[in-house]
Amino acid sequence: MSEDTSKLGIGTDEWVAQHEKRLQRRAGLPGVIDLLNQRVSNRVRYSVLALVAIFFGLFVHNLYLLRIASNLGVFLMMTLGINIVMGFAGLLDLGFVAFYGFGAYAYALTSSSQLNQHWPTYLSVPAIVIVTAFLGYLVSLPSRRLFGDYLAIVTLFFGQIFIQLVLSSDSITFPGHTDSTDITGGSNGIPGLDPFRLFGRAFKSTTDYYWLLVVVLTLLLIAIVRIDRTRVGRAWRTIREDTLASQSMGIKVNNLKTLAFVVGAAIAGLAGAIFAGIQDAVFINGFDIPLLTLIYAAVILGGSGSIPGSIIGAFVMSVLPEILRVQNYSEFLFLAVLLVTIAVIGKNLKKFAINIGALVVIGYPVKALFYLSHLTTTPTKVWAIAPVSKVLQYWLVLPANRIVWGNMAFIALIALVAYYSIAHEAIKPWLLPFIAYIAIFLWEDRLVADASTTRQLIIGAMLVVMMIVRPQGFLGKARVEVL
Amino acid sequence: MLELKKVSMQFDALKSLTELDLTVNKGEIVSVIGPNGAGKTTLFNVVTGIYTPTSGEVLLNGKSIAGQDPADVNRLGIARTFQNVRLFLNMSVIENVMSATYARTKSNIFSSALGLPSSRREERAVREKAEELLNFFGSRLTGYRWDQPAYSLSYANRRRLEIARALATNPKVLLLDEPAAGMNPKETQEITDVIGRLRAEKELTILVIEHDMHVVEGISDRVIALDHGVKIAEGDFDSVATHPDVVDAYLGKGSADRK
Repeated sequence: MSEDTSKLGIGTDEWVAQHEKRLQRRAGLPGVIDLLNQRVSNRVRYSVLALVAIFFGLFVHNLYLLRIASNLGVFLMMTLGINIVMGFAGLLDLGFVAFYGFGAYAYALTSSSQLNQHWPTYLSVPAIVIVTAFLGYLVSLPSRRLFGDYLAIVTLFFGQIFIQLVLSSDSITFPGHTDSTDITGGSNGIPGLDPFRLFGRAFKSTTDYYWLLVVVLTLLLIAIVRIDRTRVGRAWRTIREDTLASQSMGIKVNNLKTLAFVVGAAIAGLAGAIFAGIQDAVFINGFDIPLLTLIYAAVILGGSGSIPGSIIGAFVMSVLPEILRVQNYSEFLFLAVLLVTIAVIGKNLKKFAINIGALVVIGYPVKALFYLSHLTTTPTKVWAIAPVSKVLQYWLVLPANRIVWGNMAFIALIALVAYYSIAHEAIKPWLLPFIAYIAIFLWEDRLVADASTTRQLIIGAMLVVMMIVRPQGFLGKARVEVL
Repeated sequence: MLELKKVSMQFDALKSLTELDLTVNKGEIVSVIGPNGAGKTTLFNVVTGIYTPTSGEVLLNGKSIAGQDPADVNRLGIARTFQNVRLFLNMSVIENVMSATYARTKSNIFSSALGLPSSRREERAVREKAEELLNFFGSRLTGYRWDQPAYSLSYANRRRLEIARALATNPKVLLLDEPAAGMNPKETQEITDVIGRLRAEKELTILVIEHDMHVVEGISDRVIALDHGVKIAEGDFDSVATHPDVVDAYLGKGSADRK
């Protein structure tokens, strides 16, 4: 970075090539982060990650946290898998969760009383991985000629076929029989699965699965990083870049597409089997579109094609919902995000103080207005139990009919935010405290109580903001299509 | 080496090539000229397997290659560049070249994932080969350039990189589609030299489409002129350049007589 580039003739090859060195480093904290980003190698980052995972397993004995960590592990396997299919090879595979579901159901059928099969784990899990990989091969066959939207539709269809098959396979009458056989348990799922039995022990607790996931993920990450930077990984990226050029350089595009499908499917199958083991049961509604959207959201948020991006995306998408589940945490998180947003928009301390002051001032007249109109109520005990709401109850309006007022606030918030984005610069500062007030009102009165809706709203909002601010995702590289 | 016999290419009602005969001998540099829409790029697409000719034969060393998949045609020893430069823009310069060794290398996902010695050795060899090929262009594509994304290159360097990428597939026949397009006079002279060196040092047989007559004059053993998919002249540069049909094709009917 220190090399002097000013001596080069302006406009020459070397001058153009070194334009990045002439860019000014960003000031303050962002500059330090940029510098760290450049200096720390991926090897160091992965090692730190592995160490954190090991320390977490050694010192955390809270079962709830271990459960969240294990779910994160399974989810991470999925994002790494979809990152190969979509991120590396550029294939939009919307049937991906079907492989995951297939892995889970295959484990359930080979390790439960459902069909009276109790295979040893050493046999069942490798068999599941191989069969799921073969399934990936079969799905890739009709997809070999398809790209983009067309491929997405075909694979989405495949995913739905899987769900319908599982749902309707609870009463199958075989030829020569009069009574029907229950294979998949239909919508009731299959409960009571055998735990994994590996290394001479039965996996009774979540801790066992946690360590299994740490080992599997470490190996998987090493493998994927290596594949990414060698022959096959490069060839996958050429397909994403320019299929025709790729073919003309002797690369068998169809075989590589198939390979991406197969590898992705095998990873998803393994993830499914482990998930079934942790859950101790399988239910079909866990393998439908909502999960698919979460996985894609994670990869897109982190940056499609970036392995560290997939890890961060998986972390956000799988841990954030758990945080939002607890009222206390979710309130803190919300207020923190709100304050940071106001600070970023305000740009300096003075404006920030004015905005916060205005926000506080707005609260009291509104509360008085509602009080005089006899529309308010005293806070319920459940609501006022968390520290944040305990403080806020003296300031925030608590209407008797929360749902109606909350819904109205929701519409008002969207309208105001939309108006804000096109408003004149002179009007914007006046709007901000009102938007913040309505956001707090909406959050505290309506959304905190309705955690599942809130999660989806938050994820949607995050994606929208991300796609506007940084379309390539958090760690993705901005892609250049035509120059 | 490369032989086309009565090759026709028809898109619905449009006849792009009509019963075209063409021979390129080993070690020869043959230029294809002709006005826009004459069928020059269609000719390349037919040879490289992107199009299957409607009729006729395409032979490489006496074996028919017409109708084969582009990847297979490349594996048989025909590499090409594109008129509108089709690099892997978001990959680094050296990766562009390394990726083109795909067909000549063996590592699979298992040997790569396990980091087997054979795979590591191959990776090193591929990298060395790519560096060597990039060094072929002198200081244009060396050193600090290797790890920059291909989109950061200037237009002329993109054309050079595309040639390096084509070379990485170990071709016997190289098809260059307007290698000097968009280059300034100095760069045009350089690319003319490069094409000559390609034959001398890499023992390549080269078929070139080019509009710049200085380049055509400088490199060609033989020139073929196309118009409306029909070969209108063939021979050394001077005889083709002054051929009345060629002058007519470029400047309009009757131009040759007026002179």
